[in-house]
Amino acid sequence: MAKKPIDPVTPIDPVTLVVIQNGLQQVCNEMDLAFCRAAFSPVISEALDRSDGIYHGETGELIAQGELGLPVFVGTMQFSTQAVIERARNTPMLKPRPGDVYIVNDPYLGGTHLMDVRFVKPFFYRGRLFSWLSNTGHWPDIGGMVPGGFSANATEVEQEGLRLPPVKLYKEGVLDQEILSIILSNIRIADQRIGDIKAQAAALTIGEKRLTALLDRYGADVVEQAIEELKQRASQQMRARIRTIPDGVYQGEAVVDSDGVVDEPLLIRMKVTKTGEELHFDMTGSSPPCRGPMNSVIATTYSSIYLAVKHIFPDVPINAGTFEPLKITDPHGTFLYAKYPRPVSGCAAEVSQRIAEAVFNALVQAMPDRLFAAPAGTSGNLALGGYDPKRDRSYVMYVISGGGYGGWHGGDGISNGCSTIGISKTTPIEVMEQYYPVLFEEYSLHEGSGGAGQHRGGFGVNYTIRLRRGEARASMVMDHGRTGPRGVLGGEDGGLNTVAIETAQPDGTRIYVPPHLSKDQDIEIRVGDRLRVSTPGGGGYGDPAKRDPAEIARDIERGYYTPEQVRARFGVAPPKGTSGPVKSAAE
Amino acid sequence: MGWIVGIDVGGTFTDLIGIEPQLGRVALAKVPTTLDNQAFGVLAALEKGGIALDQTDMIVHGTTTTTNALLERKVAKIGLITTKGFRDSLELGRRTRPQAYGLTGSFEPLVPRQWRLEVPERMDADGDVVIALDEAAVRQAAEQLKAAGCEALVIHFLHSYINPSHEKRALQIAAEVWPNRYITAGHQLLSEYREYERGTTACVNASVQPVLHRYIERLNGELKGKGFGRDLLVMQGNGGTIAAGIVSEAAVNTVMSGPASGVMAAAYTARAAGLPNVITYDMGGTSSDVGLIQDGVPQVSSELELEYAMPIHVPMVDVHTIGAGGGSIAFINEAGMLQVGPESAGARPGPICYGRGGTRPTITDANLVLGRLNPEGLLAVDSKVSLQDVKTAIDRDVGQPLGIGTDEAAAAILRIANDKMAGAIRMVSLSRGHDPRDFALFAFGGAGPLHAAALARELGIPKLLIPARPGITNALGCVVADLRHDYVKTVNKPLSVLEDGLVAKVLADQIAEGRATLARDGVEVEEVQVLHSADMQFQGQSHLLTVAVGDPNIGRDALQKAFEAAYWQRFEVELPEIRAVLVNLHTAVIGRRPRLSLDRLLAAEPAKDVAGAKKGSRKVWYDAGGWQETPVYDRERLPRGADFTGPAILEQLDTTVVIDPGNRVHVDTLGNLIVAVTAE
Repeated sequence: MAKKPIDPVTPIDPVTLVVIQNGLQQVCNEMDLAFCRAAFSPVISEALDRSDGIYHGETGELIAQGELGLPVFVGTMQFSTQAVIERARNTPMLKPRPGDVYIVNDPYLGGTHLMDVRFVKPFFYRGRLFSWLSNTGHWPDIGGMVPGGFSANATEVEQEGLRLPPVKLYKEGVLDQEILSIILSNIRIADQRIGDIKAQAAALTIGEKRLTALLDRYGADVVEQAIEELKQRASQQMRARIRTIPDGVYQGEAVVDSDGVVDEPLLIRMKVTKTGEELHFDMTGSSPPCRGPMNSVIATTYSSIYLAVKHIFPDVPINAGTFEPLKITDPHGTFLYAKYPRPVSGCAAEVSQRIAEAVFNALVQAMPDRLFAAPAGTSGNLALGGYDPKRDRSYVMYVISGGGYGGWHGGDGISNGCSTIGISKTTPIEVMEQYYPVLFEEYSLHEGSGGAGQHRGGFGVNYTIRLRRGEARASMVMDHGRTGPRGVLGGEDGGLNTVAIETAQPDGTRIYVPPHLSKDQDIEIRVGDRLRVSTPGGGGYGDPAKRDPAEIARDIERGYYTPEQVRARFGVAPPKGTSGPVKSAAE
Repeated sequence: MGWIVGIDVGGTFTDLIGIEPQLGRVALAKVPTTLDNQAFGVLAALEKGGIALDQTDMIVHGTTTTTNALLERKVAKIGLITTKGFRDSLELGRRTRPQAYGLTGSFEPLVPRQWRLEVPERMDADGDVVIALDEAAVRQAAEQLKAAGCEALVIHFLHSYINPSHEKRALQIAAEVWPNRYITAGHQLLSEYREYERGTTACVNASVQPVLHRYIERLNGELKGKGFGRDLLVMQGNGGTIAAGIVSEAAVNTVMSGPASGVMAAAYTARAAGLPNVITYDMGGTSSDVGLIQDGVPQVSSELELEYAMPIHVPMVDVHTIGAGGGSIAFINEAGMLQVGPESAGARPGPICYGRGGTRPTITDANLVLGRLNPEGLLAVDSKVSLQDVKTAIDRDVGQPLGIGTDEAAAAILRIANDKMAGAIRMVSLSRGHDPRDFALFAFGGAGPLHAAALARELGIPKLLIPARPGITNALGCVVADLRHDYVKTVNKPLSVLEDGLVAKVLADQIAEGRATLARDGVEVEEVQVLHSADMQFQGQSHLLTVAVGDPNIGRDALQKAFEAAYWQRFEVELPEIRAVLVNLHTAVIGRRPRLSLDRLLAAEPAKDVAGAKKGSRKVWYDAGGWQETPVYDRERLPRGADFTGPAILEQLDTTVVIDPGNRVHVDTLGNLIVAVTAE
């Protein structure tokens, strides 16, 4: 196949270039590995809610990022590293020295929500500041009004937890016990955090050693040339992909149920303009900043667009050059550009996914054979905090959930897929029941929730938790309770997220549904109460009437849809001979 | 004493090694694998090897029957009886997607939804009954699944790892109804928590049980018909063997037994060569397998994911597959950068030089152009392509776009490929807590010995071990493997509240179970060895660290100390402020078979000196220095104890070994090559 020749910008030889690219990637992967293997929080070690990267010494631009990192951090760490560089330049006491590690979690300084704590380390090579090594880890708690940090109705960032500007947690290799004690005095379950802090810093030390070895081997000059060349090449690669999209203006939309405080939907308008080799993203017309915590800081907004594009072109390597052909108009005056003191705890887990969804929704019109209908796209965060009298201890149980993915040109959506911005698995029920005084009564497929389509959406999940002992309070930040994930090309929207709390009373069962449907805080749960959650299904792809009758027959046989649903939603008569589903032998 | 025969069925070839200890005879054979029924290939190999079945004491068989059945989904129709409310656990999994980026893909559970039936019953996490087992419902469900035509049955209840009584009772009831013995209960395979993984493992077992059973019965029948009346053993994924008569009870244990055999052979060979710590590298046509051996013992893990969303959590030799092999394709991407793989030409169409229609240059093609493989040897197979055709393709796809010559382009393909493979090996080693520089590299498979020196140099590994028969190492693994049965039990308690004597009791039970199974194997063993280990973590952590347990009566303090030491070794972190938790207890019960001598695997009559084994010379390209005239030796004829220095090409039937300039080679008494790798 004929290739368009590439004009190199530096004299580096093409083989060494690839070797150094792999080498830089390897440094990051080894940091990722070291961080998750040694971390304490399951959210980091099991859920992989962390990321490690190398950043340019002067500009802070992304050079390479670990392949095992959480997708939503694709772009944000570049911004937080840049924020640290700027502070360090203008503040004499923050001047970088070998062995320093800055800690920062300020959302407005290139961040996400407060729980994502970044460590940033200057990397010196032969006495010169060569680059920065940074990582992010999601801490299981950062203080604030709700255990775990996912407040549903905070109205200012101070309520969401401890906010750290860039400060040196390690000074020339020594952990600052004063800063540490301030942090540990302000977060829950503090005793285990020292394990995470050491792991997070140790990962950067590994990166330092490996990057030093790479520079020793190839020489700092050659590696610097390679970095510059790789940035150009990534940009060319992204441009080549963009060329495959037809020129045009594509409008997409996504809706957040509410901000948790004011019960009104928040709209994201996404106008994507493709011209030549560039994509331009304009969110003008999106809702204004909101009172509740569903605001997005600008770094997260950018990152969400980047990760959406990465989901569309998965094999393009990530560095600053990758993002260069993606032009974003800052969405001033909208909830997608939150400024201090707007609360932001929902931005990384929920709003980010709606932003990505809006990008998918726009570009599926341009590339129907590459994209998909909307995925469930909520992290389904639920926190149950309480006291267990049998074990005489307080606890906080976190439940995350998946939902259906959208149908796509090649097939139906996956059921119970992971959040768009995450890669983390859920905790097994057998593990949760060991630690917390709850009994799961059901963990099942959310029947009917896949949006009808030629290729239907995947299905969400139903689960029911019964409290067995003590008392507890439940908080949740979910979404798609009001409108389902959008179907495309004639496909139906996916099923809704629902939450209900059932309390048995002498005169029957009382059912409480959160007023904002998918978001609520501090709901009282008593022994015997049942908390029922159903997560959204994915959107359908293409005209449901065009679905293969054999697949419809199979869907009915498996109990995915009832014959009535097939008639109403696919607009076809259920095939003859299909019986309803069988589930239990006893019924 | 008669023949001891190892037969390994691989994707392309069925390999045989037979050893007849008394007369010191050795038989070797390589025949095409017969995919539809592997038994034909097995019989063909026996015939080709000249093995008289009536003079054969033992056949140890490595088969891919179960692995293939799963990957191709040619499995039995199975039904599931499970806890009310949880029949969808196995379809929903744990909220994943096939790739980190990209939101498409698909997944089909092993049991379709209509054959997953629920019955009222429930244990809690302490093993206390919350809802009694509805026995009538179990009976009715089993009847219903039988009527639906399910061949095998799975019983999977929540928390059965802590209290299996409901599963056991349900097994009894189902057995009264079920027309055959294909019933699997989750706790029988592993007493480990995590319902999705345990349940899927049980379903995997049930879905391949009838397939394996039929295959082994048929093979056994054929062998008996030809006069074989002794022990047929089957290789398992844990690197040990089991008697054919009971292998299908835990059929899941035979998954991934091929890669395990290779690692077992490596452990055996390396031990004999005095190298206890080795990284094994088996490079084939489409992928490469990496394993780790420490102190002579292959690392075992129970965390295999055979494919997306198919976890198999029984203990297996920890082999990591890298998506790079001889068929990996080289191309220039849109960024103008040379990439090698992950796309592979596989066996068909294969590398260009195979003449089977391949048109895109691969690693094998690059080796050919650079003289590392003998152009005549390969191309003679099929005259449809010439060396020039291969060069033209490399030039077109790599050389011209990069503005470099053909030789440089081929060298670039190898450099990039080696760089990526070395990176992957490094990650495998690090993720298991080891620095590759502390290991020797054991290279085998058809292509392993071509790349071993470059990989070792890249990884800082000082020594290579290339076995006598790199191309049939898996069959050797069968010949030397011991009988082995593994057990695991979840405890999951902080050491501070662990009851005295609990560890000893669990381990004693596991030993007893292992010894009983060894007795059922009915094969003579020299001694029984027992290995224990504990999976531990600090309270609040989720990752596990495995700690060897020597004495089953180990106390809490000793456990804590052993864990802290292992933790320090791995992470260089001390955390005296946090309590340790004992999660799982493992026991391996190993029946040691008599040692076999391997010193006759190569030709009985070596040349009297190195020069005598030389069969010619050719020009070969090396990264340092380009083309060099290089002597070519007949590997079979190299004398034992010989020492020489590269450059050299060693050719043998099953592979080609490249010795880089300056690397020193020692041929040990078993015919293995020990290569000292010089830095660049």
